[in-house]
Amino acid sequence: MGHPVHLVIDGQQHDLIVDARTTLLDALRDHLGNMSPKKGCDHGQCGACTVLVDGRRLNSCLLLAVSLDGAEVLTSEGLAPDGELSDLHQAFLEQDAFQCGYCTPGQICSAAGMLREAADGRPSVVTEDTDPGGPVELTEDEIRERMSGNLCRCGAYVNIVAAVQQAAAAQPGTGEAGR
Amino acid sequence: MALVLTHEDALRLADTEDGELAILQDEGIGFRGQYLGAVLAETPETARHGADLVEITTDVAPHDAHFRHDHPQVREAEGGADDVETGDVEAALAAAEIVVDQRYSTPLEHNNPMEPHTTIARWDGEELTLWTSTQGVHPARQALAPILGIEPEQLRIISPHVGGGFGSKGVPHADMMLTALAARAVPGRTVKYAVSRQHMFAITGYRPATSQHFRIGAGPDGTITAFVLEAVSSSSHTKEFPEEAIKPSRQMYAGEHRRITQRLLPLDIAVPSWMRAPGEASGMVGLEMVMDELAEACGLDPIELRARNEPVLDPDTGLPFNQRRLLDCLREGAERFGWAERDPRPRARREGGWLIGTGVASATYPASRQPGSQARIRLTAGSYEVGIGAADLGTGTWTALTQVAADALEVDPEQITLQIGDTSLPNATVAGGSTGLASWGTAVMAAAQTFRREHGRAPSDGAESTGEAEENPAEEELAMHSYGAHFAQVSVQETTGEIRVDRMLGMFSAGRIINPRTARSQFLGGMTMGVGMALHEKGELDPRFGHVVNHDLAEYHVPVNADIRSLEVHWLDEEDPQAGPLGARGIGEIGIVGAAAAIANAAHHATGVRVRDLPLFGSDFLPR
Repeated sequence: MGHPVHLVIDGQQHDLIVDARTTLLDALRDHLGNMSPKKGCDHGQCGACTVLVDGRRLNSCLLLAVSLDGAEVLTSEGLAPDGELSDLHQAFLEQDAFQCGYCTPGQICSAAGMLREAADGRPSVVTEDTDPGGPVELTEDEIRERMSGNLCRCGAYVNIVAAVQQAAAAQPGTGEAGR
Repeated sequence: MALVLTHEDALRLADTEDGELAILQDEGIGFRGQYLGAVLAETPETARHGADLVEITTDVAPHDAHFRHDHPQVREAEGGADDVETGDVEAALAAAEIVVDQRYSTPLEHNNPMEPHTTIARWDGEELTLWTSTQGVHPARQALAPILGIEPEQLRIISPHVGGGFGSKGVPHADMMLTALAARAVPGRTVKYAVSRQHMFAITGYRPATSQHFRIGAGPDGTITAFVLEAVSSSSHTKEFPEEAIKPSRQMYAGEHRRITQRLLPLDIAVPSWMRAPGEASGMVGLEMVMDELAEACGLDPIELRARNEPVLDPDTGLPFNQRRLLDCLREGAERFGWAERDPRPRARREGGWLIGTGVASATYPASRQPGSQARIRLTAGSYEVGIGAADLGTGTWTALTQVAADALEVDPEQITLQIGDTSLPNATVAGGSTGLASWGTAVMAAAQTFRREHGRAPSDGAESTGEAEENPAEEELAMHSYGAHFAQVSVQETTGEIRVDRMLGMFSAGRIINPRTARSQFLGGMTMGVGMALHEKGELDPRFGHVVNHDLAEYHVPVNADIRSLEVHWLDEEDPQAGPLGARGIGEIGIVGAAAAIANAAHHATGVRVRDLPLFGSDFLPR
């Protein structure tokens, strides 16, 4: 049985009829052919399907498409409109922050969301001051902690941290490196 | 539409010898998680719901899923490595002034590439096409076609990109066969099947458990006189696979009296297979930990102990070594790491509630080239099309082979159009055993030479030549291995036992490094997986049912970003003319080999506690 849902995906309006059991991830991949988010576990454990939903980074495999009527969804592909790479994409390339690339779209979306969270002054478990009252300085420890929801089995973490640092430095304080 | 496929209606296979791949052929069940049927539907939601509705009736037969080294059914592996037996080890052990007698173990470890195994299949008449993710399209075709009862030419496999493999996509597993059988039930239609992350733990191979019993006798100066290793690995009744933990011990260190044996224990559990550096990764856990214990027993620096047991000829084959630079790696790595400042006493360094220690371990991996890869070069509209059925698992094949072709043809890389990952291209050997680039690159270089010889510097459009990689004759005359050294610093929290790897340094000797950027990434990735091996990864086998209980990424832990702090990679600047025209030995696996032992040795140095069963848990370091 189908349910109508309206989504804005990477800036494009979409009206879909989906099964109530269809996740946002499956809606993106199987219904809309947007192969940018990846299914690594389908249980919110690996982060490969991370997208930005109304600006927040979320695991798209844990969201039911029918519950997102009207939402704005950005995938890694949408962060590079017309193929124009964002600072984050460019930094991942320059720092060799991936091998097989399967986790990369999720890492990019997660990094974009994370930069915004840090800019908004939201602390992580390694932030010394639980109420920073301003942008959190993105030390290596901060980046590692905040990127730990995105697994990379190829083991590119060292380079991912360098890439996120590079992107953060490109647009200091704005947290807008993803866009 | 829904269709249920079982052993009652699935295609009869032409060859059922391979118990892993011969699925849906009879009522027998080899292990929990084995495919008993499939549900086909128009949508994944319907198919999944349909599978939930299927009821299966089973009879329980006696079964055994408990791995232990002293099990009465421990036996030699079929076609496994020969035993080593030289001299009189028992007499030498009895005469030795220092004896270290210890047992080490490694658990089930699961490859878990981020991309789960997925196959799309379609039969057109008697021809089958598989779009899949594999480390070798041609080897997969060679394995599957005879079982399906078709000629290799009737099976096309396409796999241009692979989302990580680490061995789990090295041979085709039952998921590929299941998809082929399911598609056979709906001829002309396309069937897609993605293995769930949970099911990967049962279907797509894993590193079996090992138990390694070392007895080493030495003189007070550390010279090894007797060396005994009895290794046992877990296996499956459904299909045999030995994890040959003895491999590195055969050639690493000198010793006159030696006994080295590999056995396995078949159980009613899932089928194990390759996982990054099978044999070496597990075997160097025991060997490099026992060497650390021997160094301690002799009062020697662990690097000096290794230097004193450096063999002149390969103890395994008696052949001279090719470019064995283990000691260069250990010494240069030590200097970069700051090893000289180390206080050798355990538990000597304490900072803010953390005990801090450092450890070292050697690394090794065989260097070999697989014969039989072929490459085709064709000039099309000013571009050199280079075709070979090679695979890129994130290892950089697309980049490195383009580079090799450009160098060999003496043109810009922009003029090369590489084609890989398709059985319609010339034959390529598997991306495994760190042989990929050396094997395929040799074929590409041969094709390039032939192309220039046949068509000159100004070829006309459509000019075409092929080349093939042959066996490396040097492998008959020299013991060819890569070597390396891992250094690790760990901190162990005194009251909680929490263990962190503060920094690691890897120093490698691997011949010519073709692309420093992708090479560094391979070493980093291997070391990162080594951290997982040391601190996180363990498949918990339920002895009642024989399945892995923690079968997902929430409970089977792999390193996350916060687990990895400073990793440094260096290599010796060298070329290896004996390795072949590329001068390169493989690098995909050596990064993991020895990494876990370096961490375990560092943990011992930090705490004085020797943990001999991986992975190290915080509880291991708490008072008992």
